[in-house]
Amino acid sequence: MAVISIERMGLLSVVCVSLFFSSTFAVDRGNFKTCDQSAFCKRQRALKPGQSPYRALLETLELSDSRLTLQLINDNNKVHLLLELYRLQGNMTRVKINELKPLKPRFEVPDVLIAEPPTEPLSVLSKDDNGVVLSLGAENQRLIVSARPFRLDIMEGPEVLLSLNSRGLLAFEHLRLHKDTQAQADGAEVKESVDGDQQQDEGKKDEDGESEKEEDGLWEETFKSHTDTKPNGPTSISLDFSLPGVEHVYGIPEHADDLKLKTTDGGDPYRLYNLDVFQYELYNPMALYGSIPVMLAHNTQRTMGIFWLNAAETWVDISSNTAGKTVFGKMLDFVQGSSEKPQTDVRWISESGIIDVFIMLGPKPSKVFSQYASLTGTQSFPPLASLGYHQCRWNYNDQEDVKSVDQGFDQHDIPYDFIWLDIEHADGKRYFTWDPHKFPQPKEMLQGLMDKRRKMVSIVDPHIRVDSGYKIHNEITSKDFYVKNKDGKNYEGWCWPGNSGYPDFTKPEMRAWWASMFAYDQYEGSMENLFTWNDMNEPSVFNGPEVTMHKDALHGKWEHRDIHNIYGLYVQMATAEGQIQRSGGVERPFVLTRAFFAGSQRYGAVWTGDNAAEWDHLKISIPMCLSLGLVGVSFCGADVGGFFKNPSTELLVRWYQTGAYQPFFRAHAHLDTTRREPWLFGPENTALIREVIRQRYALLPYWYQLFYQAHKTGMPVMRPLWVDYPKDTATFTIDDEFLIGSDLLVHPVTEEGSRGVTAYLPGAEEVWYDVHTFQKHNGAQNLYIPVTLSSIPVFQRGGSIIPRKDRVRRSSTCMENDPYTLYVALSPKKFAEGELYIDDGHSFNYDTKKEFIHRSLTFANNALTSSNLCPDCNFLTSSWIEKVLILGASKPSKVLLKMDGKETPVDFEFDTSMSVLTLRKPGMNAGADWTLLLQYQRYFQC
Amino acid sequence: MTCLHLLLTLVFAVSLGTPVEIQRPRGVPLTKKQFYEESKPFTCLDGSRTIPFDRVNDDYCDCKDGSDEPGTAACPNGSFHCTNAGYRPMFIPSSRINDGICDCCDTTDEYNSGAKCENTCKELGRKEREVLQKMAEITKEGFLLKQQLIEEAKKGQQEKQSKVTDMQENKKQLDEKVEALRTVKETAEQPEKEAKERHLKAWEEQKAAIRLEKDKAKMAETFLELDDNADGFVSVSELQSHAELDPDADGTLTEIEAQGLMGGAEQVDTSTFESVWPKIKDKYHSEVSREEADISCLEPAPVETPPDEVKEPVVDNDSEPYPEDDISEEEDEDDEDEDDYHEDDDKVSAQPTIKTPEKTHEDEEAMPPYDADTQALIDAAQKARDDFEEAEKALREMDDQIRNIEKELSFDFGPDAEFTYLYSQCYELTTSEYIYRLCPFNRVSQKPKYGGSETNLGTWGSWSGPENNKYLLMKYEQGTGCWQGPNRSTTVKLTCGKETVVTSTSEPSRCEYLMEFTTPAVCQEPANIDPSPHDHVEL
Repeated sequence: MAVISIERMGLLSVVCVSLFFSSTFAVDRGNFKTCDQSAFCKRQRALKPGQSPYRALLETLELSDSRLTLQLINDNNKVHLLLELYRLQGNMTRVKINELKPLKPRFEVPDVLIAEPPTEPLSVLSKDDNGVVLSLGAENQRLIVSARPFRLDIMEGPEVLLSLNSRGLLAFEHLRLHKDTQAQADGAEVKESVDGDQQQDEGKKDEDGESEKEEDGLWEETFKSHTDTKPNGPTSISLDFSLPGVEHVYGIPEHADDLKLKTTDGGDPYRLYNLDVFQYELYNPMALYGSIPVMLAHNTQRTMGIFWLNAAETWVDISSNTAGKTVFGKMLDFVQGSSEKPQTDVRWISESGIIDVFIMLGPKPSKVFSQYASLTGTQSFPPLASLGYHQCRWNYNDQEDVKSVDQGFDQHDIPYDFIWLDIEHADGKRYFTWDPHKFPQPKEMLQGLMDKRRKMVSIVDPHIRVDSGYKIHNEITSKDFYVKNKDGKNYEGWCWPGNSGYPDFTKPEMRAWWASMFAYDQYEGSMENLFTWNDMNEPSVFNGPEVTMHKDALHGKWEHRDIHNIYGLYVQMATAEGQIQRSGGVERPFVLTRAFFAGSQRYGAVWTGDNAAEWDHLKISIPMCLSLGLVGVSFCGADVGGFFKNPSTELLVRWYQTGAYQPFFRAHAHLDTTRREPWLFGPENTALIREVIRQRYALLPYWYQLFYQAHKTGMPVMRPLWVDYPKDTATFTIDDEFLIGSDLLVHPVTEEGSRGVTAYLPGAEEVWYDVHTFQKHNGAQNLYIPVTLSSIPVFQRGGSIIPRKDRVRRSSTCMENDPYTLYVALSPKKFAEGELYIDDGHSFNYDTKKEFIHRSLTFANNALTSSNLCPDCNFLTSSWIEKVLILGASKPSKVLLKMDGKETPVDFEFDTSMSVLTLRKPGMNAGADWTLLLQYQRYFQC
Repeated sequence: MTCLHLLLTLVFAVSLGTPVEIQRPRGVPLTKKQFYEESKPFTCLDGSRTIPFDRVNDDYCDCKDGSDEPGTAACPNGSFHCTNAGYRPMFIPSSRINDGICDCCDTTDEYNSGAKCENTCKELGRKEREVLQKMAEITKEGFLLKQQLIEEAKKGQQEKQSKVTDMQENKKQLDEKVEALRTVKETAEQPEKEAKERHLKAWEEQKAAIRLEKDKAKMAETFLELDDNADGFVSVSELQSHAELDPDADGTLTEIEAQGLMGGAEQVDTSTFESVWPKIKDKYHSEVSREEADISCLEPAPVETPPDEVKEPVVDNDSEPYPEDDISEEEDEDDEDEDDYHEDDDKVSAQPTIKTPEKTHEDEEAMPPYDADTQALIDAAQKARDDFEEAEKALREMDDQIRNIEKELSFDFGPDAEFTYLYSQCYELTTSEYIYRLCPFNRVSQKPKYGGSETNLGTWGSWSGPENNKYLLMKYEQGTGCWQGPNRSTTVKLTCGKETVVTSTSEPSRCEYLMEFTTPAVCQEPANIDPSPHDHVEL
């Protein structure tokens, strides 16, 4: 950016005033609400655990095949609620609570569930005045409905797995008439309500009564200079969950915090409200750009999940009876046989909508992932190239700049796949256009990249410049697709282009139209190697309350309040759909989003937003992506180098080393930072960065296969250790190292000036091989690893086979036909297995035409065998197996390749010091059936 | 002649291309052919191991240095040699072999990828030769220009050097002159000072005498006024009629108090009134002209509002109507500064107007003009002063000139002073939005094309090229600060050209500018042998 023009100055002054002027480098907390400043949260949180006023009216119980309904009554105000219970296929229970007769419909979140979840029959085991016992089918699981007070308990055998409303925190603010209009309303109802009031407990005063003072923010609420008119009055809901035997809960991203969720006693609850937080702080429960209301609970016996399907502002309180207890205290309890079982209590509070909860009963971690995936879908299967390295900056200034950066990668022999253009590429921040001076020939530029088999991403944000000369704005206006303000006029707010409108992405017609804008003839200058980045889709409104949209803005008949957290999902959904459509449904899309919700995993990648070039931000990238992975979003990454500020060279190198082993690998930098392309820090550092990017590319076959697995099963790609070692309590709080799939363990160096790290190698039965030296280490130990600036500690699990492409080229596409090297890491029992997945890397043909190769690789009894996992699949590859490394092997006398009924000898070398057997050029096609046989002298002698 | 020769060579190379390739493994340069002998086992070029020759280029990496696979992509660190007949031969990383991208203009890197490459070597060769030829011409001419520049610079430098020497000589004389004049001045000022003091003293004495006389007259007048009954005595009761004389200021002048004023006497005559007069003269109000007396009484008039003070708020109001939003911060600051000046002016001008009346009252008569002798002394001193100041000013100017030339001489204008001619020049480049201005050894600036203030992109810092030739880059630093960022700075990259011109500017990082600048001053002496690239074309 050159000297700021007058026009920009105008915008900047708005930006400055509204959010950028924080003198220190930290979030301006005053811009964002605490629970106390959010009227419903304050109101709900004032309600303390105790006797619930809700009672189940057992006589209203109706049971169809798979659906049980029952009325609940609040004895304080006599408002009736309708409880619906479903037993879902795959060991899940759905609990819905709504008003029996709301004044008008309450919002139920659409488009998140991939389908109406299939149910299974429920049956009543017993029923009496106190309650009903239902069978949840197999495994001796029962659901107990207690009538007075109302509560639900899910049991397995004698164990309570989970209870609802056991602390009496169910609170459902029913729709009501404002007192001004109440006089004309039904007098009886008013009387009833007042009666209800008189019976209220002290603690529940705020909850349901209609005599509250206006200051309570029931009908209007002001934050800073913004007033939220609340035409519907109070509509919040709350419910508590108790998890006996659980000490570890995870999930509910996005928060810049540790993997294991903390108790929130004495502080604010974790907040879920998609917000554009400028210079966010770490280690606190403040809301960030995305929200996934899914929590996992884990202990050595079981993993469960709670999915709270609500898109309104949500707060989650966590408390624990063991919180604060020292390890010694816990031991004491154990020794003394303390009767108190550890328990975690969770409470969800949302501003509007209904209670719609999915309880995923696991019991294995993998089962919870598949259960959640069956509800909201799996990670989209990304184009292979998008798993390569992405080079981004705000901004690459012009075509010449793009060209020289592209050439820089070749000059320094560093691979990359995507170069990115931020907001300055568009003509006056009018997305779908190009700055005529800086990017006069976008197709020429894209063709230049295509000639190098590389790709580009341009940013398309959802705020649309209000400008009668802008096609997109005019069409949205004429189609009446903008979000409306409370008065029914087009909602307008400030964002990058200045005054902007916000398309109503909740409308299917709007999304269809938006998708059509990505057609090659609509998005002028676009080509098939141009992909998309959706930023600012919380939505960010510079001059709005908390830098987002007013809650009383309207999306059709629903308030923004109801849909806020899902807005960003819709933006990415419509954009991804546009990319699919432009190719006639053939090509896979690639769309990066900043805001997200449950289900966003179906549409592309997310990143952790505007982080900073600080060591703590590097550290936090691990738990932030781990938390997202646990709740479906595998394609996660953080800006390598840190967005704000300039990283030291050491930090930058360490960040590349960490980012190369995280799913979405993109370097990005703020406009005000100095240039930091990988070759700008001297030849030694260029070499270090080149090396680790090459490691990434060599492992692309493994990453790709893991994404295929994630897409098929919902298993996260980047995982906390406990997912694979669920009984090893030592793993439960680890978030400075992680697993990629089950087979690679990574402990990035995230301390400045570090000379060594201590990595925990899990699994008493396991051995782990250092992938750089092939040194073998035993599992279940804390291993001290001395490090230099070139070190990135990575271990391959004994018992695994990882395919790599060690011939690293300019881009992933250039490596398409290259041969594989198989890294066979033997377990102590001399066994190993792995998979190989190959397809064209970019189309849906793997799905629509079964054009892929999926093979199982097994090493057992001194034979390595490749067998077909998909016999009816058809795909031809010219890739072959150039080399096989067997780690932990002994020296054979002979190696034979058995293929097509023939046996041919294979050359090999054996490294005695590390026990590595290298098979030289066996040469079989990667899609073929074959066996490599290791023969030992004594074998023949026998 | 050269062209013809080249063409022949090319044809020769192309026609013999194929058999030449067969004689050595793919990707091996002619210079290393001897290491790849088909009949012998191959030893990796790093000597690390020896392998059967059939493992050379067999698409499997055996040598750590990659030397066994010069023609395949098998080794991560190998390099492939393209002959590129007609153009320049080159090495490419072996990872670019068969990657679907045409790297070698002779297409030899893509022998098995399906990429459709065209042999572009001839075309590239032609273009390169054109460019090289042009470059050579430019360099040649540029170098000649540079010689001139060096000559001129040397001449200029010598001139300046001698000018400085001359000036320093002159300066010495000036110094002496100033000193001499200072003595003259001081000598003239001493008698002037004494004469002035004398004059002033006489004037003071005269003023005192006049004042005394006036007082006496007033006393007599007062006595007559007080002596109501004209008996030649002022009595206690007569005095009591003047309540303003009340010493304890309780509003009434009692008999005792009046008596006290009169030194205990019942009445006083004119001569004894002389001792009463000093006690009452300050408070006494004349009976005849009370109004006049009032005025004289209120003489210092601190409560009176001088007319100028009324004006002040008006000035303040003037600054108010500026709409705050419409002006940028910088302009705002300027305005405030101006306001400050206004206020200061007002204060300065207001003070004399308050003081003036006092003076006129006190010194009713101006000091009489100096007598002729004194005036003569003053005139003489003034002339000495003027002469001295003039000489001193001339000395200062001379100093400035010397300093400027010395400053110029102190710049590093290159090993042969070839950059001297850039000093105190400016060069502009107009882009779509801005006008960039490079004033070498001074500053770089940027101005919006369509109005707006100039921004400093850095002031002269230092030469910052690579060690072997630091004169290829100039660094300008500490320009205008960037919002939330560093101070602007500019790197100027110098390339050889006949003309001195800014060819491009860019901002690779925010507030870090890059400017390309051509000048003959960096043109290197062309190599003795005529550059003819085709000589290097391999057979």
